[in-house]
Amino acid sequence: MSDHALDPGAGLAGAFTDDKAAQAKFLAHQRRLLWRKRILPVVAIAGLIFLWWAAVEAFDIKPFIAPSPVAVVQTIIAKFGILMTNLLPTAIEAVLGFVLGNVAAILIATAFVQKKTMEEAFFPVAVMINTIPVVAKAPILVLLLGNGMEPKIAIAALICFFPTLVNMTRGLRDVNPQALELMKVLSASQSEIFFKIRVQNSLPYLFSALKIAASTAVIGAIVGEWIGSTTGIGALIIQATYNFDSALLYATIAVGSTFSAAFFGVITYAERRILKWNVGRAV
Amino acid sequence: MTVQAIAMRQTPPQAPSPPQGAGTAIDCRGVTVRFTTERGTVTALQDVDLQVAAGSFITLLGPSGCGKSTLLRVVADLIEPTAGSLTVLGDKPSVARERRDIGFVFQDAALLPWRTALQNVTLPLEVGGGASRPGNRDPRELLALVGLAGWEDAYPHELSGGMRQRVAIARALVSGPKLLMMDEPFGALDEITRDRLNEELLDVWAKTGVTILFVTHSIYEAAFLGQQVLLLAARPGRVRELVPVELPGERRLPVRETVEFVQLAGHLRRVLETC
Repeated sequence: MSDHALDPGAGLAGAFTDDKAAQAKFLAHQRRLLWRKRILPVVAIAGLIFLWWAAVEAFDIKPFIAPSPVAVVQTIIAKFGILMTNLLPTAIEAVLGFVLGNVAAILIATAFVQKKTMEEAFFPVAVMINTIPVVAKAPILVLLLGNGMEPKIAIAALICFFPTLVNMTRGLRDVNPQALELMKVLSASQSEIFFKIRVQNSLPYLFSALKIAASTAVIGAIVGEWIGSTTGIGALIIQATYNFDSALLYATIAVGSTFSAAFFGVITYAERRILKWNVGRAV
Repeated sequence: MTVQAIAMRQTPPQAPSPPQGAGTAIDCRGVTVRFTTERGTVTALQDVDLQVAAGSFITLLGPSGCGKSTLLRVVADLIEPTAGSLTVLGDKPSVARERRDIGFVFQDAALLPWRTALQNVTLPLEVGGGASRPGNRDPRELLALVGLAGWEDAYPHELSGGMRQRVAIARALVSGPKLLMMDEPFGALDEITRDRLNEELLDVWAKTGVTILFVTHSIYEAAFLGQQVLLLAARPGRVRELVPVELPGERRLPVRETVEFVQLAGHLRRVLETC
């Protein structure tokens, strides 16, 4: 177009000078910040565990009221087999519920966006189902679906469903109106508008919902296991509580939370890989 | 330009020009657009008559609510006129749109944030059966034309406002349109960037031969870019005056310091104050 190719604001190419020492200092500072971000949470957790241990020792708290962290770690090691056997069904229920609930939410959100009347008719129904507490949904679903994995999967799915439905509907709908005008000028078909604009636009919203769903799906599966279940993290929590085995209770919770955090981590990683354009901007 | 010439300009618009021929890009006759909202009916455009010759550069200037953007949208088939008739390149606007004769540059660039600069420019070739048209141009060449060679893989958030508008211009040109609608494309830019893009837009216009309708709020931009300035009045939106722009020499930024330019800008301002 011309000899001055770039705007002053963004034409940074000419604004950089080469100062090795300053650059090295800058990079070292960046590295320090990064390590601080990694190390501080570890230090904070270690500190809290130490306080917990110190409190149990200092006030001589009975093991069945609150176990020492040492006892919890010992239990995790001693009963690792039992903990893992119980984690497996919970993990399967949580992941299947997550997939089922989110796929359903995405499909229904799509229907809502395509047909406004669908949303007007069924969104209030979704809100009402969402207002039923999980502890009340659980027995209903056990009665409906029996005592196997199905009711737990259903609970996990239901708990994932609503946040994804709301976010996905919004993401598919809240498109830049000028982008829609552009597609009209380009004589784009409805399916092109949907896949090239709406779906892409919804992905950041979807991932926000999936990150919520990753942890709530595990909670849903655990709550489902509280009712008449013999295996799973939820069942183990109930058993340990009734037996006053607080070390096992804490160990079970630690295992469940670790799984939940790992699940969250997987979704976050997927988001970083898929939404490069958005993650870069959000930072 | 003499004072007398300016006085002559103040006479109302010329009689409607002869019926459209091969050389007419846009022919509006009695175009009226009304919107009904809960607060009542708004007449965005009333009885607009406008003939635009192929290859010309018309700037649209007027106060807020004078229907400048609406007029662009009517031509681009984004809004249906309530009354009146309109042909674009000899056909109904929808036909011209489907032929990809119309390019549109929006106020906020409207780039898709998940696409790189190059992918944004390529979008028109991916949708609406735009892949295999004879007029299609090479997206990379167009990015180079707007001064963004080397920025193909940058995402919109990595580009400045001016660079984003350059991408939007390249995108609007990729299907080889005959008409380019520009809705205040440089309104949000700083003045230096805006001046530079003004000059460069004139280069693009000269190189492509495209007919441009350009909406702006800036008197100077309107006078500098246009061969004619279409002044619109508000409430209801209507054509106030079509002012020809006659400036000495080449259309480069220093022309804005000539007596002719200053007088023209003064005239536009005086008319605008009464719109």
